Amino acid sequence: MAATPQTPAWPQEGLTRVPYWVYQDADLYRQEMDRVFRGRSWNFLCLAAELPGPNTFRTSDLGDMPVVVTRDAEGAFHAFENRCAHRGALLVFKPAGSAREMACVYHNWTYDLTGKLTGVAFRRGIKGSGGMLPDAQPDAQAPRQLKIENYHGLLFGTLADGMPPVEDYLGADVAEKVRRVMAKPVKPLGGYSQMLPNNWKLYMENVKDTYHASLLHLFFTTFRINRLSQRGGVIVGGDGGCHVSYSITDAVKSDDYEKAGMRSAAGGFALEAPEVLDSVDEIGDGITVQIVGVFPGFVLQQIKNCLAVRRVAPRGLESTELFWTAFGYADDDQARTELRLAQANLIGPAGFISMEDGAATGFVQRAIIGAGDHQAVVEMGGRDVASNESRISETSVRGFWQAWRARMGL
Amino acid sequence: MATIDPRVQWQVENLLARYVHALDDDRLEDWPGFFSSTGRYRITTAENHAAGLPLCIVQADSPAMMRDRVAALRHANIYEAQGYRHVVSSTLITRAEGAIVDAVSNFHVARVMHDGATLLFATGRYIDRILLGDAPLFEDKRVLLDSRRIDTLMAIPL
Repeated sequence: MAATPQTPAWPQEGLTRVPYWVYQDADLYRQEMDRVFRGRSWNFLCLAAELPGPNTFRTSDLGDMPVVVTRDAEGAFHAFENRCAHRGALLVFKPAGSAREMACVYHNWTYDLTGKLTGVAFRRGIKGSGGMLPDAQPDAQAPRQLKIENYHGLLFGTLADGMPPVEDYLGADVAEKVRRVMAKPVKPLGGYSQMLPNNWKLYMENVKDTYHASLLHLFFTTFRINRLSQRGGVIVGGDGGCHVSYSITDAVKSDDYEKAGMRSAAGGFALEAPEVLDSVDEIGDGITVQIVGVFPGFVLQQIKNCLAVRRVAPRGLESTELFWTAFGYADDDQARTELRLAQANLIGPAGFISMEDGAATGFVQRAIIGAGDHQAVVEMGGRDVASNESRISETSVRGFWQAWRARMGL
Repeated sequence: MATIDPRVQWQVENLLARYVHALDDDRLEDWPGFFSSTGRYRITTAENHAAGLPLCIVQADSPAMMRDRVAALRHANIYEAQGYRHVVSSTLITRAEGAIVDAVSNFHVARVMHDGATLLFATGRYIDRILLGDAPLFEDKRVLLDSRRIDTLMAIPL
């Protein structure tokens, strides 16, 4: 690991510089887990629809802290630390399932689905010997309870008291763009995860970096899939940590035009089956690509008709697990589901337009190893944090650092 | 279960062997040619499969979509130089009716990066429907990954 400066100070240039030690410092990483993920942040846990009914559970994370998300017998949502009050063992290790109660396998202490300790094995001993004294308080180290909010089908959790509602945390303009996707009940279509060989912040910066999209990801331009108009923009919300970028495709919709245009392009490449990537304007506002990034580690994507959530789980200073869950609407017909599944070729570790993100952020981690005292330059689109009609901008990257520094006191 | 004609077993294993050698030798352009004109190819996780969830990591519903993926890998997508080494074993024919054969096989795939870093990248099962004939072809190939977790990215087909 690279050397850490004795007293890291943020560069004088402020938001236009990111010192590389922020990706390399193990002490800083531990502080982030407390101050960012377990501090004043709303963390995406899972889709509400991933808990299909009463008496179900699913595991998630608050930074590096494992959590369990449940629905109790009445169908109400809860989330709590995945740690037994007794010796600290995991309560749940399956990723998801059904249960009426939780039992720690180590010593069979039991919990209800709200995370409340309900039973201590052999608490009174056997035949008058062993067990706990009458004044023992076995739940003194109970798993921590999260405050949760179900925001239009997205379950967010926090350990902090007095957090503003999720809508205020997102900011009104970003919240409106979240609601346009989460406008109807959704159904999960499946998921997978991807291990990224880099610090978690490099991935979230990549999500918020609207400047790289057409430069790193050459699939759309190589195959001339869409001529994106200049319409669109990037909106920064909340305290800077939330953003949405979106683009609106030209009104030219004829397949014939598309195919003729592509095939006749001199020296260009053409797809043989571009029609599987044709999108339906199902929301009715012309937006074909929209990426929402929510501090610290949540992404809601609409790429054509491929809808997905991505959740960032730090797995160490230089390791990040990225969970993808694709979804459709509960009332989708078979044809619409098949369209979403075909367009899922665009996303994930093998995605035509997201494959490179798994590599590029790792390239940074590898390249900066000897440059802890150097800085990234983040000056595209000016020096401030503000919404912008141009996506040739790093405004939402600066917003990310504004939110991060506020929590870290740096 | 009825006895499997050893010649059928040999045809299936020979198809699998030729298939993995093409991928490991970076003959990606040959990959779609191992499928029938209506052939499908999908990579998904055992977890999605067990839950009845249809999402795939790669889904090609036709050889044309496979050729598109090869074109993207060659001309558009950016990834570090890398290759695979497949080991396929335990090919079990689960159904053989006329010219249609269903088979399941185990695989390990090591990924070898340009700098020599070698990783056990994927393990799982091929669940194949094969059309026998002069040149046996895949009618349907499902790659079921044992793990839902993919290291960094998955460029080359499995």
